[in-house]
Amino acid sequence: MKLSHDVVIVGSGLAGLRAALEASQYYDVAVVSKLFPLRSHSGAAQGGIAAALANEEEDHIDWHFFDTVKGSDYLGDQDAIELLVNDALPTLFELEHLGTPFSRTAEGKIAQRKFGGHTKNYGEAAVLRACYAADRTGHVLLHTLYEQCVKNNVKFYNEYYAVDLLVKDNITRGLVAYDMPNGRFVSFHSKVVMFGTGGYGRAYKITSNAHANTGDGLGITVRAGIPLEDMEFVQFHPTGIYAYGILVTEGARGEGGYLLNNDGERFMKQYAPKVMELAPRDLVSRSIWTEINEGRGIDGKRCVHLDLRHLGEERLKERLPEIMGFCRKLVGVDPVKEPIPIEPTAHYSMGGIPVTVDAEVLADGIDNKVEGFYAAGECACVSVHGANRLGTNSLLDAVVYGRRAGKSIVRFLNENGTVKAEYVEDQFKASLDRVDKIKNNTGTEKVGTLRNELQAVMNEKVGVYRDENNLKEGLTKVEELEQRFANIQIDDKGTVFNTDLAEALELGNLLDFARHIVAGALNRHESRGGHARIDFPKRDDNDWLKHTIALRKDDGTIEFTYKPVVITKFQPQERKY
Amino acid sequence: MKIKLRLFRYNPETDTKPHYKTYEVEADKKEKVLDLLHRVKWEQDGTLAFRRSCAHGICGSCAMTVNGENMLTCEALIGNLKKQHTITIDPLPSLPVIKDLIVNMDTFYQKYTVIKPYLINNNPPPPTERLQSMQEQRLIDESTWCIMCGACSTSCPSNWSNPDFLGPAALLKAYRFIFDSRDDGAGERLNILDHSDGVWRCRTIFNCVEACPKEIDVTFHLSQLKKAIVTREI
Repeated sequence: MKLSHDVVIVGSGLAGLRAALEASQYYDVAVVSKLFPLRSHSGAAQGGIAAALANEEEDHIDWHFFDTVKGSDYLGDQDAIELLVNDALPTLFELEHLGTPFSRTAEGKIAQRKFGGHTKNYGEAAVLRACYAADRTGHVLLHTLYEQCVKNNVKFYNEYYAVDLLVKDNITRGLVAYDMPNGRFVSFHSKVVMFGTGGYGRAYKITSNAHANTGDGLGITVRAGIPLEDMEFVQFHPTGIYAYGILVTEGARGEGGYLLNNDGERFMKQYAPKVMELAPRDLVSRSIWTEINEGRGIDGKRCVHLDLRHLGEERLKERLPEIMGFCRKLVGVDPVKEPIPIEPTAHYSMGGIPVTVDAEVLADGIDNKVEGFYAAGECACVSVHGANRLGTNSLLDAVVYGRRAGKSIVRFLNENGTVKAEYVEDQFKASLDRVDKIKNNTGTEKVGTLRNELQAVMNEKVGVYRDENNLKEGLTKVEELEQRFANIQIDDKGTVFNTDLAEALELGNLLDFARHIVAGALNRHESRGGHARIDFPKRDDNDWLKHTIALRKDDGTIEFTYKPVVITKFQPQERKY
Repeated sequence: MKIKLRLFRYNPETDTKPHYKTYEVEADKKEKVLDLLHRVKWEQDGTLAFRRSCAHGICGSCAMTVNGENMLTCEALIGNLKKQHTITIDPLPSLPVIKDLIVNMDTFYQKYTVIKPYLINNNPPPPTERLQSMQEQRLIDESTWCIMCGACSTSCPSNWSNPDFLGPAALLKAYRFIFDSRDDGAGERLNILDHSDGVWRCRTIFNCVEACPKEIDVTFHLSQLKKAIVTREI
């Protein structure tokens, strides 16, 4: 079946919904999502969204600018970061005007809290910058944007799973999707396709991410012959619940929580004496791993403690009710009475689909655009986060660049009209053939087994600390898993809600870009932000102050080219907290 | 411990009617029902279909009926279940089943749309945020916790007997806007609720309160809506 729209947006998190809200005012927009929109993982974001509103204390856009550049370990593109921090204020006010139920100050303004790496006066001390709604910030933002889409009659295709992009001669033609409730494959013929498909935490065993976060947009992009940018930079959030990976917001430390080792010592004083627990995530995660590696994990285990007891029950209930709830319900730990065992958890992808500051996807990663193809949010690499993202900058990125994508799409259609490029039936058929092969394959491998092995090897070999031997072993294992994936067999041969098939396609996507991460990490001979090489412990601005552009060749190997970092105001300097 | 999972199965393409199938899995009391469903799907029978995503109680995908009670399976600790050796899992009641544990939630979402689930304020916004006091925010806070999982509405006997009843989830969402100090749509929403299929069909049975995984006192909020209708000036 063939459907037709001016614009097809894939993903219904903050980036996709914000873009839809913008573009649907002028053009025929459809949002395609594998989940009902309110299930999107943006809704799991807890702690806040950054903007230098100065509602609680002095703050300046320029401080936010500097913090984000420094937080990125100087790999962030400063033109893109400047847009992000400038747009932050109008974006936040707009979210409030749309109805977001933010927590409030005594004066009735949007309340703000401290977060890692956000400082006053260019690094002096932590600053109150994260706008929040208790520890449900993503939840209320997702609901608010969805509500506005309902109000504006945006067309949704829910539980449609995106399979492949239709693109030929560098011109977008549409999208192939699996309509799960109706049990059929459909093609969307469109002038524009935008991805807001989110991250891929499920490439890792210990992750804060939802089961749905399998980087589908990245897999599709790779199969379309487009490179990915900076994929070696994976963020490990310092405080995932031990053995589960479930996120405990950095807001817990923003509210005054301590990190303690087995000696009961606030170990962050060794690593970040000025801001302690509110150092950026890469630094805190490395510090935790160092404590564990040197034998100061709790009872010799792979965890340390996050202690919130001194904050008191009343404050915890008011500011951190969600984490109180799931610590008690899921883990059996009461944060009022006992410290929470935590370990770093795979959380966010700094890398992604290379785009311009107007969310246009770059076919070569550098300057050649794919006409009509856009991306924003976690799946895209603008790059505002460089080598390490600051907490609360991701929601901001999703909304600011989702909005920019919407505006950019409208401009494109205004200038070029809505007549679509010729439909490519042969590509649709090729995509269906690929799916049929997976569905009807009679091999001996199970999807669950291969996925477990991938998640384990990524956790063990491509984690917080990396070195050549581990990365080489990791790469070999990923290559092996790719081959074994060709020999799978699934149980479900049906058409309606074949989640067995959907999971196989998800694993296929994870495997299509896993090499970009591992080979990228092996290739980068330095330590910067979230990429920490034991064998190359220093940042190397002479050779590596540049973005990685990684293209998967037909034989599966990765070809690297590079793109210079945009530096406008802040010259790289040593990064200390 | 060994657990028997008795699962509701229905494949629209091959089955004329639903049936139960029992799977035996090894499990720990600290695990969640969702972990066991995954174990069945990934290790024994890939045809089993169910919804899930975040696995920590915020996305609202995985509400099902476990041993007769509606709950999120990702939060349902085996050790907390009254009956642990045999666990029966059904799809949410009163909605049409699409496949196995997946129900068609279209009517549930349509009811949400009916109550105008968005801020209505036609005044031009100020250059910064609209002010809202902490007290005003607290008035709606609890109602914003809702994750739209459907556990409440599908547990409501008034909803079972009258499928046109808007149900607790949609009514709670109406409360969230009607009592928002920034919203001007209270009148038009109360008109929608002041109807035999609106808030008056709530008979304060409290099933919704018991079913809500976010521990929202839904019935209290609905009582406030009734009060608002009775006391408003027409």
